[in-house]
Amino acid sequence: LVLSAVLSLPVNAALQGVFGGGETPKPLKTGTTIAGVVFKDGVVLGADTRATSSEVVADKMCAKIHYIAPNIYCCGAGTAADTERTTDLLSSNLSIFSLNSGRNPRVVMAVNILQDMLYRYHGQIGANLILGGVDCTGNHLYKLGPYGSVDKMPYLAMGSGDLAALGILEDGFKPDMELEKAKQLVQVAIHAGIMSDLASGNNIDICVITREGVDYIRPYQESEFKDNRKMRYKYRPGTTPVLTEKVIPLKLEVVKETVQWMDTA
Amino acid sequence: MFRDKMAATATMMPNIGQNISLKGGLVPDWTNQEVSTGTTIMAVEYDGGVVIGADSRTTTGAYIANRVTDKLTPIHDRIFCCRSGSAADTQAIADVVTYQLGFHSIELDEPPLVETAANLFKASCYRYREELTAGILVAGWDRRKGGQVYCVPIGGMLVRQPGGGGGLSREQCLELTAAGMRCCCTLCLWPWRETAPAAAEEPFFFFFFFYKINFIEEK
Repeated sequence: LVLSAVLSLPVNAALQGVFGGGETPKPLKTGTTIAGVVFKDGVVLGADTRATSSEVVADKMCAKIHYIAPNIYCCGAGTAADTERTTDLLSSNLSIFSLNSGRNPRVVMAVNILQDMLYRYHGQIGANLILGGVDCTGNHLYKLGPYGSVDKMPYLAMGSGDLAALGILEDGFKPDMELEKAKQLVQVAIHAGIMSDLASGNNIDICVITREGVDYIRPYQESEFKDNRKMRYKYRPGTTPVLTEKVIPLKLEVVKETVQWMDTA
Repeated sequence: MFRDKMAATATMMPNIGQNISLKGGLVPDWTNQEVSTGTTIMAVEYDGGVVIGADSRTTTGAYIANRVTDKLTPIHDRIFCCRSGSAADTQAIADVVTYQLGFHSIELDEPPLVETAANLFKASCYRYREELTAGILVAGWDRRKGGQVYCVPIGGMLVRQPGGGGGLSREQCLELTAAGMRCCCTLCLWPWRETAPAAAEEPFFFFFFFYKINFIEEK
């Protein structure tokens, strides 16, 4: 849980010995662009799919929109492990609550639980989250910082590409938009983040949450710059030419034979 | 001159010295910084209640994280707190005090006193003074003493600061708060200028700077 803090502390001498004086690997960060928009019938969340470990793209198809409840999804930026585990923990707790009380959880409840937890850890959990969902009280979008601060706004962007995305959102957002316009706005915002930020890239995921249900479109838009990998490296027989062949039969004699019946009923 | 008249004003200059630098992780500095409400908040007492005001900007370093923050938080029906300092700390303290005050009010079966709320804030802010960065104004109305404003700055001091020179009417309080907001908003925006901004530029500042004013009174 505290991997991000542990690896950045110089006190961790044990790890430094392992890499022979070289740099210890940096924790996996989702240098990210995530965004969310409240529209007429619900909430649209969007995210890029690149996860970086320093200058290397560690995961080209990372899923940054996490499931919390049937009506609540959460985009996570910051340290990948922290966002992943925190949202998993929240999801489990909310399932237990649902089973106990027989009710669907409200977005504000998820926010309060997260805020309590993040504040308790005083910023050691590097999770920047955009939580969006639809419940009986309406369509809600919240942003949570690693120190435990909460902001409720109709449109949000977070991550390293948030300045670019926010520019698009500030310009294009209108209250009570239609679904297609909202999806397009979020897509353009994430695209701006991908274009302007080195740590964001690859594909765009979109998640639409409405009263009727959830539409998790992954990927919503694929990057034009895809590499042509075969992904299967099986070679057909005969690829390597056979020069000589020598067969030596081994003489085997049966020493002992036992038969054991298995009861497979 | 305004500074003398302003009642219980807490101003914190935004931390503009930070640069956005990339440290080896392709992630800018301010994504790891704590969110701070570098803030202007104000509260003035009058005969039948109080007027409170606050700006709406939250910053992380040089980046504005939220330009429509609501820093005037209700603690009870007729008691508000104006939050300044760390966003996370003040939100957490406000939640704790809201719970404690609500519990206390149900036990007593009557609306709580503003002084009680102020003491609850002081208790939390003083006990955890090493870990917290929170400057809070507690303002409200109760039947015993009418409108009251208490100041709980960083460190956990508690002092009642009515301000306004006493004897202000409702409209005068509103004017004072609005003027104070405008004055402090323009000052905060350009803290390093020696001269006041020219009149022609003022409307420009208005456009980018929002503030909110609330009344708390008997009815």
